Amino acid sequence: MIAVRDLSKYYGERAAIRDLTFEIQRGEVIGFLGLNGAGKTTTLKVLGCVLLPTSGRVVVDGLEVTERPHEVRKRIGFLPDSPPLYNEMTVGAYLTFAARLRGVPARDTAARVTEAEDKTALRDVHGEIIGSLSHGYRQRVGLAQAMVHKPALLILDEPTAGLDPVQIVEMRNLMRRLRGEHTLLISSHFLAEISQTCDRLLVIQAGEIVAQGSEEELAAKMGTSGDIEIDVRGDGQRALDVVRGVPGVLDASVAHQESGEAMLRVQAREDVRPALVRALVVGGIDLLRLDRSASRLESIFIQLARGQQPAGDGAIQVQQ
Amino acid sequence: MTATWLIARRELGAYLRTMTGYIIVAAVLLVDGVLFNAMALGGSDKRSAEVLRQFFFFSSGTTMIASVFLSMRLMAEERQTGTLVLLTSSPVRDREIVLGKFLSGFIFLALMTLATAFMPAMILVNGKVSLGHLCAGYLGLLLLGSATLAIGTFGSALARSQVLAAIISGSLVVTILILWLVAAITERPLNDVFMALALYQRHQPPFQVGVVHVRDVVYYLAVTYFALFAATRVLEARRWR
Repeated sequence: MIAVRDLSKYYGERAAIRDLTFEIQRGEVIGFLGLNGAGKTTTLKVLGCVLLPTSGRVVVDGLEVTERPHEVRKRIGFLPDSPPLYNEMTVGAYLTFAARLRGVPARDTAARVTEAEDKTALRDVHGEIIGSLSHGYRQRVGLAQAMVHKPALLILDEPTAGLDPVQIVEMRNLMRRLRGEHTLLISSHFLAEISQTCDRLLVIQAGEIVAQGSEEELAAKMGTSGDIEIDVRGDGQRALDVVRGVPGVLDASVAHQESGEAMLRVQAREDVRPALVRALVVGGIDLLRLDRSASRLESIFIQLARGQQPAGDGAIQVQQ
Repeated sequence: MTATWLIARRELGAYLRTMTGYIIVAAVLLVDGVLFNAMALGGSDKRSAEVLRQFFFFSSGTTMIASVFLSMRLMAEERQTGTLVLLTSSPVRDREIVLGKFLSGFIFLALMTLATAFMPAMILVNGKVSLGHLCAGYLGLLLLGSATLAIGTFGSALARSQVLAAIISGSLVVTILILWLVAAITERPLNDVFMALALYQRHQPPFQVGVVHVRDVVYYLAVTYFALFAATRVLEARRWR
């Protein structure tokens, strides 16, 4: 779907991105991680054909962006970090304009707009003026304009920025629903969101890709399998004994116990969640919850942001 | 052409849905009305043709000023509010964006100019107006407005804010306008060049007396073309920066 080779973009003398090389397969959901100023937005703008690269090649669907940007743009839906909305227009008029601008034939426009509104839960504000909408709705209108022409590739720059927790969950569910229909490239500061939504991560630091792969692969390479949290009913010590007997578990402890429930924290070198579930059930423990601690991606990200390279020969390459 | 028309229609809608357009129209009609009463109708008795010439004379000033204000938002507002990315990430060529923006401003300017027609019509109460004179005068106003609007579109493409766009465009228009002053202090053939390039002095007065020279029409169309071409180049260059 996308092949990027030695992509660089300079603003004057300063390199915003340097020699980026990565590939994205059709249908993948890719998380683009990096600190502020790492080069995420510049990369996304180049992929979205808003900016032209200083050097390197970007091929989308077999089309070179510098040679055939017009054709490439037809295949792309782009939501920048601040949604490009005309405040004086109604939602319906704006989406109609966006659809027509992206080449949707006039006879299909109404159906496409309705479809985009349905997917983004905007039907009830179809006739509302955009300027009067809440931030959550505005973000959804931004997403709807990016997908109204059914692009093969959706590029979303910080789609949940500024949303409240309820809106974040709604937006995350929405992005999950888009899986399978589009190839998705999502940049976000919310690591939990990336962790729960994406198949694979691209980590960019100071304009360079420092790691790429699935969360598990990155965790394994960084030696950070992460904690597993287990909630059980009853005696935490009994559950702890069972957990410690599971092969692969490095360490386990009772994090806290109250009101007849206990939370255990387990460290393991690999993903032992299935084995833990089996052991606890066989051991007669009432299992309430078992999940990876949300901090795993955080620790990977912090290590990479500090400049710690993954084990092996440089960036992690993942074969699809 | 579809994209150009889509953009022009949306922009035209923006003029009509916000107060900016109405304020500019109201201001132009107010100033034109006052000047028409004070200069054209007032004072000693005049021939109808002279009243019409004076109407087109001061209307050319308000048209230029209105064009600068109408054009300041065209590109700069989109940059300011971050909506330009909707156009630049769509399968639309930069020249279509510029042309669509310009077209919307020009249509609005034409509607505004048309709204002043009641003033020449008032001359008919006590005098006679030649239709040819009227058409030539309005053609001159539209051509002058087109050139100024195109220069304004270029200024708006350069600027990050509407205020800055108005300052840049205003400065450019005034500079081209007063080139005849430069012509007055230079020798031939340079003074001929400056005189030929001046926005008003040589090219507009003939329209005001009902005379249409091809060279004047070509001049205004050429200024419009080059200014829009430059605006397109600015937009294209921004993709590299």
